[in-house]
Amino acid sequence: MTVNGTTYDRDVEPRTLLVHFLREELGLTGTHVGCDTSYCGACTVIVDGRSVKSCTYLAVAADGADVRTVEGVATDGELHPVQEGFWERHGLQCGFCTPGMIMSSVALLEQNPDPGEGEIRHAIEGNLCRCTGYHNIVRAVEYAAAKMRGEEPPAPDWEVPS
Amino acid sequence: MYPRKFDYTAPQTIADAVAVLAADEGAKVMAGGMSLLPLMKMRLLSPATIVDIGRIDGLDRIEDRGDHIAIGALVRHAETAASDLVRVHAPALAQAASLTGDVQVRNKGTTCGSLAHADIAADQTAAVIALGATMVANGPGGTREIAAADFFVDTLTSALAPDEILTEVRIPKGGSGSAYDKLGRRGGRSDYAVAGAAAWVDKPNGTITAARVAVTGIGTKPMLVDAVGAALVGTDGSPEAIAAAAEHATEGVTLLEDLYGSEEYKAHLAKVYAARALTAALGD
Ligand SMILES: Cc1cc2nc3c(=O)[nH]c(=O)nc-3n(C[C@H](O)[C@H](O)[C@H](O)COP(=O)(O)OP(=O)(O)OC[C@H]3O[C@@H](n4cnc5c(N)ncnc54)[C@H](O)[C@@H]3O)c2cc1C
Ligand code: FES
Ligand code: FES
Repeated sequence: MTVNGTTYDRDVEPRTLLVHFLREELGLTGTHVGCDTSYCGACTVIVDGRSVKSCTYLAVAADGADVRTVEGVATDGELHPVQEGFWERHGLQCGFCTPGMIMSSVALLEQNPDPGEGEIRHAIEGNLCRCTGYHNIVRAVEYAAAKMRGEEPPAPDWEVPS
Repeated sequence: MYPRKFDYTAPQTIADAVAVLAADEGAKVMAGGMSLLPLMKMRLLSPATIVDIGRIDGLDRIEDRGDHIAIGALVRHAETAASDLVRVHAPALAQAASLTGDVQVRNKGTTCGSLAHADIAADQTAAVIALGATMVANGPGGTREIAAADFFVDTLTSALAPDEILTEVRIPKGGSGSAYDKLGRRGGRSDYAVAGAAAWVDKPNGTITAARVAVTGIGTKPMLVDAVGAALVGTDGSPEAIAAAAEHATEGVTLLEDLYGSEEYKAHLAKVYAARALTAALGD
């Protein structure tokens, strides 16, 4: 399979899940495991253009596939607009959900460059965050969407007390 | 958590896949894996062999076949939800698919996999029953057709034999409209149905000549509730007629209490959602 542009050829046990293959075989530990029930979305990666939960995906079934993980979204040391948005709009606290949130957001913006707030919330329904309350994540995605369209991102919605 | 060990095979043809299933009692089909793998990870299910049908050609299509549309075994929920053919001829199924799980689940799970899995709280099950769909199964003895209303036998049990593959679901065209709506376990329309209903109606000249309503989430299996449709036939589909018909929404259903509601609450919701689905199906 190809992961972030590099092709790997490995033999794996059939029961190896894609997330374990990425983390343990390839050392790409940015993709997290947050649950045992396929609900949390911390393990979200993009396979052949679609966001999926890599904890519910057999590595053998991804034979020949094109996989993108959070390690692959920045280019030449420069943050992807979605990463920058999470930074600029405080879209994370503990950061555990962040790799999955970023991959879901990247997949969303590739399909819909100008999502409304409702569409953003719907798109990250499969990603649970126990810290932020989602508000700043939505703002981070709006920031990234504007940047990727070449527009000025909306101002932050907090005020610094004087 | 890792599933228990198993053998894996990804045959290229339906015949090869059926041959493995027929020869190996412990073999199980995998489509999107979105129900199968969670069960295997929790070790509630440990098949000896996984038959991944994902490499079989020709199953990933939605086809217009004149009097019906056909949805192949590898069509994902997201594709069913976005398909113009499904949205025009089977809006109830497009809506149910769009309300199935979350984005990642819809990108991998299949419509036919959801039907074969026969979860009591799944969405698309109710839609195919109300739409009068036909399931096409392929096994060692050849192909057979099963009416959607007879397909769901019991909790997590469909009419498929262990060595049969559901190759497609066929949905007849016709009728004036259909719709699906639910209350989700995570509130709103999110997650499996606490209660859901799908409705299909035919109202050619101001009078309803045929109607079908199916419910999900409230009982031991998704099912057609004949009494609702029967109460609507001959009426003009007014809000009063819908309300009166929806009162029958639990007739013949074995109600099941679960973490998400008592029998009484589920019975109440069934009527509410039957009425909502009918109202939407009769709208423009
Ligand atoms: C987080 C999460 C949320 C979910 N929320 C919802 C929801 O809101 N509503 C809902 O309805 N569902 C929900 N689901 C379930 C989801 O819809 C599954 O995708 C679907 O039930 C199974 O489809 P699959 O292709 O993934 O099948 P698999 O998981 O591959 O298979 C499921 C079962 O069906 C059998 N099977 C699959 N395809 C065939 C076939 N063609 N022929 C014969 N047997 C077959 C398998 O052997 C297995 O027993 C959710 C799942 C997850 C993980
Ligand atoms: S680890 Fe929680 S959904 Fe994959
Ligand atoms: S930032 Fe902690 S879970 Fe999202």
